[in-house]
Amino acid sequence: MTAANIGYLVQLSFIVGAAFFVMGLHLMNSPATARTGNRLSAAGMIIAVSAEVVFVFQGHVGIWNWLIIIGGLVLGGGLGLRMARTIAMTSMPQLVSLFNAVGGGAAALLALSDFIALDGHRVLAGDAPGLDGWRTLFILADVVIGSVTFTGSLIASVKLMGLIRGRPILLPGGRILSWFAIVCGLSVSIVLILAGTGIVTYEPSVLYVLFTVALVCALVFGVLMVLPIGGADMPVVISLLNAFTGTAVSMAGFVVGNVMLIVAGALVGASGAILTRLMANAMNRSILNILLGGFGSAEGTQSALTGAGGSVREVSVDDAAIQLGYASKVVIVPGYGLAVAQAQHGVRELADLLEARGVEVSYAIHPVAGRMPGHMNVLLAEANVPYPQLKEMDEINPEFERTDVALVVGANDVTNPAARTDRSSPIFGMPILDVDRARSVIVVKRSMGRGYAGVDNPLYVNPKTGMLFADAKRGMQELIAAVKAL
Amino acid sequence: MNVSTLLDSLTVFVLAILLGFEVISKVPATLHTPLMSGTNSIHGIVLVGAIGLAATADTPPTAILAFVAMAFAGANVVGGYWVTDRMLQMFKRRPVPTTDKAAK
Repeated sequence: MTAANIGYLVQLSFIVGAAFFVMGLHLMNSPATARTGNRLSAAGMIIAVSAEVVFVFQGHVGIWNWLIIIGGLVLGGGLGLRMARTIAMTSMPQLVSLFNAVGGGAAALLALSDFIALDGHRVLAGDAPGLDGWRTLFILADVVIGSVTFTGSLIASVKLMGLIRGRPILLPGGRILSWFAIVCGLSVSIVLILAGTGIVTYEPSVLYVLFTVALVCALVFGVLMVLPIGGADMPVVISLLNAFTGTAVSMAGFVVGNVMLIVAGALVGASGAILTRLMANAMNRSILNILLGGFGSAEGTQSALTGAGGSVREVSVDDAAIQLGYASKVVIVPGYGLAVAQAQHGVRELADLLEARGVEVSYAIHPVAGRMPGHMNVLLAEANVPYPQLKEMDEINPEFERTDVALVVGANDVTNPAARTDRSSPIFGMPILDVDRARSVIVVKRSMGRGYAGVDNPLYVNPKTGMLFADAKRGMQELIAAVKAL
Repeated sequence: MNVSTLLDSLTVFVLAILLGFEVISKVPATLHTPLMSGTNSIHGIVLVGAIGLAATADTPPTAILAFVAMAFAGANVVGGYWVTDRMLQMFKRRPVPTTDKAAK
């Protein structure tokens, strides 16, 4: 087979691989077929990577280059596999962020080395003919977006791991520095693109310096963008960073002239954009508002009672167990507290006991419950909860009227009725789970501390609400024991 | 980069975005975490670019960049698909009877 024929075959394999990606994502439309979809997508990846290996194999690749390829893949792949096998489901957001960071980083490195190794200075100096302003544009877009994603996702991951505070971190002068990085990075990029088109000319050394400035601005901006963002806004930020990586990979596709990278990056970008919008809508906040950050950051853990009026009614474990055990319909509302306490197995066990007593149990999942989109669903699936029991907000809200007991485990702001009624509340207008419409409510909560938004929750002083003060996991164990004793 | 290559690439880019919106808006909220993790693995396709880079690296700086890019993209692809699969196998319609339940 001639080299040209192999080239065509490789191109064809890329199209097949891209088609597998699309079909794989299509199968994600149902939990029943999603696993097949993911495997189809993985098969597409294997086809594409094998094709590329065949393609470079027929060129003159030195032993060192093979060592780089094999060594890098074994090292990275090995570490990735190790983390993927051992990570706890509760820690999924940080792992996904980490993979997002390395993906964005790899995309940025492609353009960076394209700039260094190929004809970077020649292109930028305008020596090469044609549309090289475009090439410069794509190189810069890739490097800038990829770098922002890299540092931004790393910070997000580190925050989620709890290595640095999850609460918003506001550096003195941080916002000014952010704007400086944006303005500086953009203006340097514009100069570089102009140099690429040949409108202006600089010495190559000057271009390298300018390029480095753009790179540093992007890396710094990534850090400054994510640092001030608090834990509960993480679902939005992770989705946004996911969209960024997709875009960076697409740009890398333009730079290295590979259609498959363009297609795959575009698919990921579209997915990230959809999720970002869904998450922002579920919080009734604009993306800009979230990025500007810092909401509720001034207050610490003041009592949620102040200003709410009325008194809190504490409920004993036995009373709660009686309410649950003799109910006909119970809706469980999980939140981030459940993930922190690893209480998903306890919740499932309690639900099993109740179902054995003939109680109808379902779960109400708010779109932004947890730290990433769909976080609660994965945890409950891990605990063997059948997915038809997991209800989305729009589906479950009309059912609260017919619910005997709403059991809130580690959720706060997403159940706050003030979002519906109190125009002065910072979370007014945010869609919530209407737990206060149930006949009675039991809230399992560690203390009267406020939620992330730092606002009072009138649900806790509602006469039909009973507060069960306990860590989510211990609370579940006590409830299980009490229900068994009924 | 010539004009027709650029236009071809842009066409593919725009169509792929529209296709992505179409396909992904049908994914239920239950699967949003695996979706995100799965699309994460898909952007590991930069591995293909990294291989091309590693094959042509001929100076120490580009060799180092290529090695790091390979390791990053490799972790992204292998870890991403594996963990997505691990998550998706947990989604079941009916619970599997656990042994401790049978013992009780």
